Amino acid sequence: MSDHVIPSKMYYGIWLTLMVLTVVTAAVAFVDLGALNTVVALVIATFKAMLVVLFFMHVKYTSEKMTKAVIFSAIFWLLLLLILGLADFATRATG
Amino acid sequence: MADSTALAHEHEHSDLQHHFADMEQQQEASTLGMWVFLCTEIMFFGGMFLAYLVYRLEYYNEFATASQSLDIKMGTINTIVLICSSLTVALGVRAAQMGKRTLLVILLILTLIFGLAFLGIKGVEWHDKYKEHHIPGPTFNISDIQHAHPQTPLNPGHAELYFSLYFAMTGLHALHMIIGIGIFLVLLWMAWKGRFGPNYYTPIEIGGLYWHFVDIVWIYLFPLLYLIDRKHIP
Amino acid sequence: MATAAVEVERPNYLNSTEGIRSWLLTVDHKRIALLYLMSVTFFFFIGGFFALLIRLELLTPAGDLVMADTYNKLFTMHGQIMVFFFLIPSIPAVLGNFLIPMMVGAKDLAFPKINLLSWYIYIIAGSLMLHCIVTGGVDTGWTFYTPFSTAFSHTQVIEAGVAIFINGFSSILTGLNFVVTIHRMRAPGLTWRRLPLFVWSHYAVSLIMLLGTPVLAITLLLVVFERVFNLGIFDPTRGGDPLLFQHLFWFYSHPAVYIMILPSMGVVSEIIPCFCRKRIFGYEFVAMSSIGIAVIGFVVWAHHMFVAGISLYAALIFSVLSYLVAVPSAIKVFNWTATMYKGSIKLDTPMIYALGFIGLFTIGGLTGLFLACLGVDIHVHDTYFVIAHFHYVMVGGAVMGYMGGLHFWWPKITGRMYPEMWGKLSAVIIFLGFNLTFFPQFILGYLGMPRRYWEYPAEFQVWNVLSTAGASILAVGYLLPMIYMIWSLRYGKPAGDNPWAAAGLEWKTQSPPITSNFEDTPEVTWEAYNYDEIPAPEEVPVG
Repeated sequence: MSDHVIPSKMYYGIWLTLMVLTVVTAAVAFVDLGALNTVVALVIATFKAMLVVLFFMHVKYTSEKMTKAVIFSAIFWLLLLLILGLADFATRATG
Repeated sequence: MADSTALAHEHEHSDLQHHFADMEQQQEASTLGMWVFLCTEIMFFGGMFLAYLVYRLEYYNEFATASQSLDIKMGTINTIVLICSSLTVALGVRAAQMGKRTLLVILLILTLIFGLAFLGIKGVEWHDKYKEHHIPGPTFNISDIQHAHPQTPLNPGHAELYFSLYFAMTGLHALHMIIGIGIFLVLLWMAWKGRFGPNYYTPIEIGGLYWHFVDIVWIYLFPLLYLIDRKHIP
Repeated sequence: MATAAVEVERPNYLNSTEGIRSWLLTVDHKRIALLYLMSVTFFFFIGGFFALLIRLELLTPAGDLVMADTYNKLFTMHGQIMVFFFLIPSIPAVLGNFLIPMMVGAKDLAFPKINLLSWYIYIIAGSLMLHCIVTGGVDTGWTFYTPFSTAFSHTQVIEAGVAIFINGFSSILTGLNFVVTIHRMRAPGLTWRRLPLFVWSHYAVSLIMLLGTPVLAITLLLVVFERVFNLGIFDPTRGGDPLLFQHLFWFYSHPAVYIMILPSMGVVSEIIPCFCRKRIFGYEFVAMSSIGIAVIGFVVWAHHMFVAGISLYAALIFSVLSYLVAVPSAIKVFNWTATMYKGSIKLDTPMIYALGFIGLFTIGGLTGLFLACLGVDIHVHDTYFVIAHFHYVMVGGAVMGYMGGLHFWWPKITGRMYPEMWGKLSAVIIFLGFNLTFFPQFILGYLGMPRRYWEYPAEFQVWNVLSTAGASILAVGYLLPMIYMIWSLRYGKPAGDNPWAAAGLEWKTQSPPITSNFEDTPEVTWEAYNYDEIPAPEEVPVG
């Protein structure tokens, strides 16, 4: 088959990183960073999601270009929805 | 299905469906199909993310204070439970690839236990919200939250929006978990029967993709719902 | 002729197995396509019945035939049935299902069981919708606008919402099947540049189905949650924003218009080269414009909300983006026209529909530009101008393409010809009836007659009478093919494998095809639309 077997050590490494990041993100929420709190929380979440996609979901190891294309188009369309949707709410005249 | 080529293929490998040329084409098609399906799932949750974004920007105070009423310990534990389940799923795919049937069965059972644990914890959290009258509707009441934050006047309607989103998002996430558990019960049964091996593990792989995706949704829901503002401890 | 009579008896997908079970449990994409054909036709006539009642009510200025509430339900259910249960599945689920595997040289779609599942989902959703209709119906308009749909309507909003939610899965699964099939199941030698444009347009449609439908699903689900569980996401009394609903709704429902029109464009791109005996002009541009329409179609949605209170800046952006979508549409129209230039045009029924499509779609598309213009839209928003515009696109465009495609591939599907004379006659009747129905509505809208009212000032009556008269003619035009096509199943002349001498893999197998489509997997060594290499048919068998 096209996928080769990945050593289990790698899976445990990713798992440990995810666990640590979960604790970190919960802990950092209690530290006052101003507006940066949200940014940090989202950056950590995105990093965690990337780890899951790349390693647990094997995207890093697949030779299949389509998988990456599908993921990028999903993210692109999600951003279209969010950004163009917000374009209205963010620029409404107030009052 | 009377044509001879299809029959010839069936003799080659019993898991090959008649309309595919070979196992590789079949596996690639299934995997691509699952990824494309996950794409639609992203857009499904995307609608709620837009709603969340709009209201969070508009009603930040209510969102931040209402978010503090969630139990961060349970939220964190649940995140950890889900990450553990993702590990067992990833190891399960590996076990299937290597043809280790017993290990696969054990890992699938572990995954199911983690999944049920997540739902159980979620159920306790929902029950707490029910007791606190934080479920949107006629009984909705946030006087306890307002009491804890006397310095921030809160609009109960806006807080109700937060809880509407909370229940819609975690509810639909939980529904995906329940579907995932159903899928994994089937996979467990197939694994028990010894259906998987190095030549055929596509169902485990695409079931795993689905499970990881549901995990990723939670990875975002956790900070967005629980961690809006924890700096100002009540 | 004796040989032709024998041909029909050859083993094929229709006579391979018998009995009702062999149809209800089939995983053959061709049989599933026929199941869809019967079901969408059923819903077409239900939706058409509501349309006739609407036109009858509007024959006179007074609200005399039905009450205002009933009228609200009529146009709502006309819209919901026609959009979700006829137009969206029509070409993809019938012709796409039947043809895509053959056009790519495969034995079936990638996931045959999922294909059957999607039909059952459609039937479940459709039954729920019918149940909803007979137990009272819905009056929200097909758009389910909040807060009316969430807080005020006393009709079966929940059931209709759930029906359309479920139906969404059917379209998602169809799209998923197409995308994977087109990527993974192409015959050797069939490169992307050799794919028929019908396949390209269905690829584009599938993208919209996959990326848009889930957003509609969550939107309707939130409406249902609001009614059932008292959640308040669109509830203004709690600070919720009804415009958020409209954003989410149109994020799907505007691209949905392209779900309806793109497959028709694919059909027309097949018919025109065949009946002009010429290679399509600018193949790459036609193919890429399908993808262009699908992508740009996603970023224009808020032009439905210009007068609803969105920010002026957002309105400006969406107005400009809406104009952009005209570019790929125009490319297609130019290329079809250029294909016809100096071609040896033969006006058989499919070609008449294709020409009708080009004309009507052009009118529908250009009036869309009026609506994309911020200033003009304020004048004509929610008037009959809008109704006329989108019927020109959806009926004049999508349904003309569907009818053209049905006639073009009828010999492939059934092995028999429809009666050509009746075909031409009904095509002309439909074209005339259509224009008589909807052109007056442009004028009514320009004069200021609002949509969705059961009565109107007497000065509008002349145009309304014309429109109702046209609708009756249109009804005849749609009933005729229904009759003669069923007639042709038994009495039509055997068609032979390729009566039009058309290019494309689907014509290289027998008619009707065998269950696995081809005896051996074909190997493609030629470019698409190589009509310069195919001799024109000597004589098309006339039914």
